[in-house]
Amino acid sequence: MLQNLFLNIDAGMIDWSRAQFALTAIYHWLFVPLTLGLAVIMGIAETCYYRTKKRFWKDVAKFWQKLFGINFAMGVATGIILEFEFGTNWSNYSWFVGDIFGAPLAIEGILAFFMESTFVAVMFFGWKKVSPGFHLASTWLTGLGATISAWWILVANAWMQYPVGCEFNPDTMRHEMVDFMAVAFSPFAIDKFCHTVISSWIIGAAFVVAVSCWYLLKKREQHLAVESIKIAVVVGLIASLGAAATGHKSAQSVGEVQPMKLAAMEALYNGGTDQGLTAIAWINPFKQPDYANEAEAPLKIDMPYALSFMATNDIHGYVPGINDILNGYTRSDGTQEPSIEEKMERGRVAIAALATYREGVKDGSPEEVLRPYMAMLQENMKYFGYGYLRDKSEAVPYIPVNFWSFRIMVGLGCLFILFFGVLTLMAFDIPVISIIARRLLATIGVIPETQADKGDITALPAWHYWAAIIMLPLAYIASESGWLVAEFGRQPWTIQDMLPTWAAVSNLNAGSVMLTFILFLILFTTMLAVEICILLKQIKKGPQS
Amino acid sequence: MTYEFLQHYWCFIVSLLGAILVFLLFVQGANSVARSLGYTDEGQRLIYNSTGRKWEFTFTTLVTFGGAFFASFPLFYSTSFGGAYWLWMLILFTFVLQAVSYEFQNKIGNFLGPRTFQFFLTLNGILGPLLLGGAVATFFEGSNFIIEKGNLVNAPISSDFQSAVSPVISQWANASHGLDALLNPWVLVLGFAVMFLARTLGILYVMNNVADEDIRSRGSKRLVGSAIPFLILFVAYLVHLLLKDGYAVDPVTAKIYMEPYKYLHNFLDMWYLLIILLIGVVLVLFGIGKTVLSKNYVKGIWPAGIGTVLTVLSLLLCSAWNNTAYYPSTADLQSSLTLQNSCSSEFTLRTMFYVSFLVPFVLAYIIYCWRKIDAKKLTKEELQNDHAY
Repeated sequence: MLQNLFLNIDAGMIDWSRAQFALTAIYHWLFVPLTLGLAVIMGIAETCYYRTKKRFWKDVAKFWQKLFGINFAMGVATGIILEFEFGTNWSNYSWFVGDIFGAPLAIEGILAFFMESTFVAVMFFGWKKVSPGFHLASTWLTGLGATISAWWILVANAWMQYPVGCEFNPDTMRHEMVDFMAVAFSPFAIDKFCHTVISSWIIGAAFVVAVSCWYLLKKREQHLAVESIKIAVVVGLIASLGAAATGHKSAQSVGEVQPMKLAAMEALYNGGTDQGLTAIAWINPFKQPDYANEAEAPLKIDMPYALSFMATNDIHGYVPGINDILNGYTRSDGTQEPSIEEKMERGRVAIAALATYREGVKDGSPEEVLRPYMAMLQENMKYFGYGYLRDKSEAVPYIPVNFWSFRIMVGLGCLFILFFGVLTLMAFDIPVISIIARRLLATIGVIPETQADKGDITALPAWHYWAAIIMLPLAYIASESGWLVAEFGRQPWTIQDMLPTWAAVSNLNAGSVMLTFILFLILFTTMLAVEICILLKQIKKGPQS
Repeated sequence: MTYEFLQHYWCFIVSLLGAILVFLLFVQGANSVARSLGYTDEGQRLIYNSTGRKWEFTFTTLVTFGGAFFASFPLFYSTSFGGAYWLWMLILFTFVLQAVSYEFQNKIGNFLGPRTFQFFLTLNGILGPLLLGGAVATFFEGSNFIIEKGNLVNAPISSDFQSAVSPVISQWANASHGLDALLNPWVLVLGFAVMFLARTLGILYVMNNVADEDIRSRGSKRLVGSAIPFLILFVAYLVHLLLKDGYAVDPVTAKIYMEPYKYLHNFLDMWYLLIILLIGVVLVLFGIGKTVLSKNYVKGIWPAGIGTVLTVLSLLLCSAWNNTAYYPSTADLQSSLTLQNSCSSEFTLRTMFYVSFLVPFVLAYIIYCWRKIDAKKLTKEELQNDHAY
């Protein structure tokens, strides 16, 4: 009976629902990191004004706040859709885990959104209405509100990757929270928050550097540009180093709780000890590789031991590959991880036991009749979600997206460390180090010989400024790639091991969701085009506009 | 603190957020009449800048209302949002348009032109309150859904291809996914009542917030044109509500059944809600009446606003307290949502109960900042010399 699994859900509808959520999330994440990053920089600029009382710093702060405001509205607009899409497109999900998942969203609203929306109004309209100290506090509180918002939504997202602090209740047919602190301060959430927020600061810094370099290229607003670059490079350097450190911690968490995601990120078909980190390999971006029959990805070049170290903090650590996970493997602590097929079987046992238990309750069966089914359910509950899989291959996420997104993110992350490091040495006169670095850069022809002994970033060759401007879209690509890894790597699960996407959806038809997808695509794209156009015009006008 | 208390407490919090949201719809109401109230381009800009300093509150309250509903009554979230898909998508769509319209409309580089975004604000100003009002009406009129929690386990163990069932717990019983609600005339009556209420509050707010004699004098006249249809529609709906059969729950068996005059009984049983309703209505009438009759009185938004919160709060609580199914199903009576069958676990409600202690603190800083920003009324000069949309 259990061999012929069939869910009467339109596959097109699931795909369109996933596409709609992905579209909204990707667009939302174009605006949020700039909000988070720019908030830090404009906060620092206004703090400089508060401390020095120089009109110049007020102009700097107001200029970046103006650009912040244009971007902020789109973040808010796309954010509301995301929250409600959990209900509109993922109805089963909303009930099945709403008892846990709803709380962070509600706290986000109460704690963060009101703070953000109240103080952003004071920041824009309060320059002449509140004291400078109160205004400065409002500017920082706007950024703090956005950051607290990020905390709670990332707590919610981390819980989907690593569900903790909950128990299944067969009578209500849902998971229920039993430990709030475990949910709110899950180590996965802390890693995710640190990595996500810190990497957002890179976008804020890259944005400020790009705009400032455009002014330097045009030889205007040079004072504003230089001072803004100085703030941005410090923020950017700290953030890019921090992103690398927190990224390492995140990778370890993924290795522990989502080994399939890590294997897909690495295109690691067959794992083992002493695993090298793949520097490059040929993975066709448009085709799932034949992981079952290939020993490893073609043209693979790896960094010896690096993957074992990244995943386990031990260069000899064991990292399972995709086939190991599919067929079962022995963990480093000696325990056995079942194969996917065994998990699927146990998941079906759990589902069948739950169905029988519910029938029994409905018919008024005595407790002793129901007890064995409860025991069977509890014994196999860990694999409940696997009962919805029809084939073990469904447990493997799409490897090319994970593999390439991870490489793009890490590669660009390293580039940003280099970029902000060099820029710091160029923008500041750090005794001895700056001179040596500039001399070195002059020797290899990166900067003109005339610039080697002075820290003047206003007279560099034009290509330097263009290079800095190009770094901005690269920062966005790196940030979005990180989310692609996080979300594609979790597939097929909406909640890891608990609920696959096709059991989490609403009962809609594909046409309806396709239509709203197209409407949102047109709307968001048009609004993005308007926003970019307005931002460019505003930058062209400059701070005196 | 019993589970039952927590269910009623969270119903109160969600209803309060809903009531504050209806008050804050003055932003939408004012935008919907900006053209006639502002009259000139400069006058319209004053109105958009006046509501532009408050739109975030409406938006945030809507989001928090959704979040609080999700946390405390997740079955409503999954049933209503997943079922009445098109109704909620339309609401969200108009709010997205509104969110960007303030910032974008008068900026150079806006290649769609200011009129496009002003149209979006008007669209949101009409459709937002109308559809939200319609959604509220479904708490009394019912919606077309069926809930079967067994679907989640019955679907994957079904062996017969033809008889396989959908795994989705909450199913909408027709293909219109929420738009069917708009075919019910009483849903439309309350929807239009909320729309005209939002206009009334919007005019009162602008008269208070904008220091412009032309706008204030036009406001007094426009107010009558919005308040009269509001009052007619509201009274009609209230009478209908008090006379209609309601969806009652047997507290012992949890069975849902139709009870004649249920909502009238609720108000009589919960006399304190009736008093709150009456105070609310009187305050709304006072705010409107005094503004119309007294030439120099511009503070009508405050009594009318407080009255709105009290009235909506009492109506929402009447839909759920006293053993009432707050989200009734017209397709399957026993699928109707009650506080008991749709709420979160006791642990979650208790945890969120402690979180709700933050609400007064949040309200305090909102009021403080609101007063600071509005201490000096908005003028044309301020638009020239300060940050403006």
